[in-house]
Amino acid sequence: MKTTDTSKMTFAQVESQRGLESALKMQPDEVRRTIADSGLKGRGGAGFPTSTKWNFAAETVGDLKYVVCNADEGEPGTFKDRVILTDFSDLVFEGMTIGGHAIGASKGIVYLRGEYTYLRQLLEGKLEERRRTGLLGKNVLGTSGFDFDIEIRMGAGAYVCGEETALIESLEGQRGEPRNRPPFPVNTGFMGRPTIVNNVETFAWVTCILVKGSKWFEKIGTETSHGLKLFSVSGDCRASGVFEFPLGITIKELLKKVGGENAKAVQVGGAAGHCVPASEFGRAIAFEDLSTGGSIIVFGPGRDMLHVAQNFMEFFKDESCGQCTPCREGNARLLEGIEMLEQGNCSMKYLRDLCRLGETMQLASKCGLGQSSPNAFLSIVEHFKDEIMGRIPAAC
Amino acid sequence: MSHSFKQDCSRAPTSLRVQKINSPTLQVAVTVHIDDREIEVPVGTTILEAARQVGIHIPTLCFHEDLCVAGVCRICVVEVEGHRNLEAACAYPITAPITVRTHTRKVRMARRHILDLMLSEHYGECYACFRNNNCELQALAQEYGVDFFRFGHPEKPRYEIDRSSHSVIRDMDKCILCRRCVRTCIDLQEVGVLEVDKRSNQSKIITFGDKPLGDVICINCGQCINRCPTGALRANDPTDEVWAAIDDPSKHVVIQTAPSPRAGIGECFGLEPGVPLTFEMNTALKECGFDKVFDTNFAADLTIIEEGTELLLRLHKALVEQDAAPALPQFTSCSPGWVKYLEHFYPEYIPNLSSAKSPQQMFGSVIKTYYAQLNDIDPQDIVTVALMPCSAKKFECNRPEMCDSGFKDIDYGLTTRELAQMISEAGIDLPAMPKSDFDDPFGTATGSGVIFGATGGVMEAALRSVIELVCGIKVEDLFEHADIIPVRGFEGIRFMELPIKKTGPVPELLAGLVDDWTWLEGATLKVAVAHGTANAKKVMDDIKAGGRCSECHFIEFMACPGGCLGGGGQPIPTSPAIREARAKAIYAEDAAYEIRKSHENPAITKIYGEFLTDGPGGLLSHKLLHTQYTPRGKYIV
Repeated sequence: MKTTDTSKMTFAQVESQRGLESALKMQPDEVRRTIADSGLKGRGGAGFPTSTKWNFAAETVGDLKYVVCNADEGEPGTFKDRVILTDFSDLVFEGMTIGGHAIGASKGIVYLRGEYTYLRQLLEGKLEERRRTGLLGKNVLGTSGFDFDIEIRMGAGAYVCGEETALIESLEGQRGEPRNRPPFPVNTGFMGRPTIVNNVETFAWVTCILVKGSKWFEKIGTETSHGLKLFSVSGDCRASGVFEFPLGITIKELLKKVGGENAKAVQVGGAAGHCVPASEFGRAIAFEDLSTGGSIIVFGPGRDMLHVAQNFMEFFKDESCGQCTPCREGNARLLEGIEMLEQGNCSMKYLRDLCRLGETMQLASKCGLGQSSPNAFLSIVEHFKDEIMGRIPAAC
Repeated sequence: MSHSFKQDCSRAPTSLRVQKINSPTLQVAVTVHIDDREIEVPVGTTILEAARQVGIHIPTLCFHEDLCVAGVCRICVVEVEGHRNLEAACAYPITAPITVRTHTRKVRMARRHILDLMLSEHYGECYACFRNNNCELQALAQEYGVDFFRFGHPEKPRYEIDRSSHSVIRDMDKCILCRRCVRTCIDLQEVGVLEVDKRSNQSKIITFGDKPLGDVICINCGQCINRCPTGALRANDPTDEVWAAIDDPSKHVVIQTAPSPRAGIGECFGLEPGVPLTFEMNTALKECGFDKVFDTNFAADLTIIEEGTELLLRLHKALVEQDAAPALPQFTSCSPGWVKYLEHFYPEYIPNLSSAKSPQQMFGSVIKTYYAQLNDIDPQDIVTVALMPCSAKKFECNRPEMCDSGFKDIDYGLTTRELAQMISEAGIDLPAMPKSDFDDPFGTATGSGVIFGATGGVMEAALRSVIELVCGIKVEDLFEHADIIPVRGFEGIRFMELPIKKTGPVPELLAGLVDDWTWLEGATLKVAVAHGTANAKKVMDDIKAGGRCSECHFIEFMACPGGCLGGGGQPIPTSPAIREARAKAIYAEDAAYEIRKSHENPAITKIYGEFLTDGPGGLLSHKLLHTQYTPRGKYIV
């Protein structure tokens, strides 16, 4: 197992407390403008502009507002939030505190993935330390009128709770199922109050931006995808682990850095992402091309792409919350289709039907889970049709 | 400005989950383009509501007018210009000008796929289903031209049918997981027996711990049945047993018909809601083979006398005997769903519940005693059937204590739907039947009995009698046409106060009870009416908190929204408009009666004169017409 060296990451070079200090010297709208100038977009994968989200929440009338950190890192192949929480949790808590100042919230909640329960003690210790040093609690850093504290709440292992409204339902004690949107959490979130839900990494970058300036961040990356990003790299490569790259990096460049040059395909964005064949390795990892929350899974020449698809569909078939028809039944039908392909008895016509079904799932599902769950299936069918069709069932 | 609307819920009652859009920039009204039509709507209006206003049809399945929005079936998806994904029309509140298209290629494809997917998990054949021809899934499959199972069709059942309840049968193989039943039970009724278990296509609607429905705190109201789009939920149907009794020449089969089924049954025969078929039904029942057809309203009038007497005695205890705990307010006990609700959720208030049986059960014991004697029939050979708008009545007639006649007082409870099935099986065109009267000795009852079917009806009937029997004046002196409007309508909880300025002489019927009414002079009778157990819960919590409801003397509770006319045995579908039409029919029937007050019913005078001779609240009526209750609590074994 490869361990990740985090000492060279930007996060390691940013001194804690400085970001918060500089944010508290600004008016909330100045903080939001700084974030806007940096071009920071959500690091969880959807790539929604962070400042826009914060502006909505700031403008919404409400006596109580919440800052929620989505630490329910559940996307297969993603583990960078775990690394950030282990080594740089102060930057995350600081980013949340800055967020509290920026939108006028006094309460932060970290929704921590159930499987990361072992981190809880460490994080609680860090929070206690911050309270002791005046970085949390009443009048943060002596700023009169700005109170902010953070609480850790545990998830219970449902992938769908990474979806922000399902996460909020779960926080409220309900079954973790996505809500109808609109209204969005920035308007009606936790306990009906305006709430921003941001990824662990997003909050850490917020702190860095407040320390190093929005210009620094804005200059990195492409025209519409700014800044640096952590990637969780796994699969058939020599160096798996967490890496920091600028957005806009091509798959080819990335594979070179991790020693995966002979890959036949790369899954960008985890199970919900896209399977990119070698012929398209020139594509960029950026919001305008291949968007990802950080998961990069490398498939070497020996991998059976049908098994890859099967693995992903089994995951979604289990993790669909079961609420809406396209996702609940659609994932099951796609998985059955893969089993038929395995047996060599899926006709071209039925495969076409399944691909159209995948399109319906993308269009008509209630939340991001169902809207993205057919992606892997569709891209594997598109790029590896020859490999997955015409199989002969193994003799029993 | 802010705008609230009902939105999304999975577990908590809607009352707790009203979502708000709060923004200084929100407009009051927005213009929407739907297909080629333009309409201005208030902010927060859903696409579905806007489309309906301009007459554009968007199919729905999980949506129900009585329930909060879920947005889960996705059949109502539409395309909104500029949106990457399709939006669920039922769940999308319009907050800005948008352009909507309701039948593009994407929309048609998605809807068809959604239907295909539902059918891929929906076990069963339409022709062997009680919802054949009245199934929303079947109707949609027809609307979208489904002529094959694109993604397959289950060949064998996955679940066992749960027949444990006297009232509601659950066949989860037919469930399409629209969750209307869950929302009905949690949000509309606030009982909370049903919930979703597991995820993905392993999801299933279950009771607590997946226990049989008969073992949990289900109140049998059957509101879930009325809102189920398919045949997954139905009432426990005794028609085979009823036919067998009819076919058995040694059995004397009598049926009593409640007011609400008469106002609803026409819907099963293609009539608009609100066309009463009371007297046509009498003829049809005889044609089916019932030996006698009685009017439940007789027993409703009897209930008013018994329950009213009980109330007056409780008031006497409080005001004259200075009893510190007279168990006031008195609660009505004619709705078996409400009674079981109270037994489960507020068992400490059982003393407040009137000990009078419901009209159905009173009639049962009267038929197997008084009627049997009058006609010299061995009660053992009498089969009593009750036509009710209600699924809880099936449970009620099976309560072990309901055997005061020495036999099972009511043998079978039949719903409106089940009787319609029997009538159609007999080849009878109900609306075309000639009219005929109810059978003697109970005859046609009063208008007071009829309005028992609507929320507030029991209260109105009771007030009509109390005013005349206690105050010695005519109801018409206080209320035009004796219509006590304040207790009518569909508002969840309604209050009325009646100052008793002067009293009259004690009428002969009640002569044994008190010497005079003067002790009531100057008092103000305070009453309330609540329908739907969610409202009942509000009233009970208010009583607990010592609020306005705790000052009432008498409260009418009905488990079902709208009262019996919205009961769990009534024709499917249901909606506020349908219930309103049924209520109109019921009040119109009341207005047409010559006798409209329970105490003026000659059959009532007669039964107290020759059978229940120790009068209302007397020993014999306590034996036959009153009952006791079981504190059940919320915890199940």
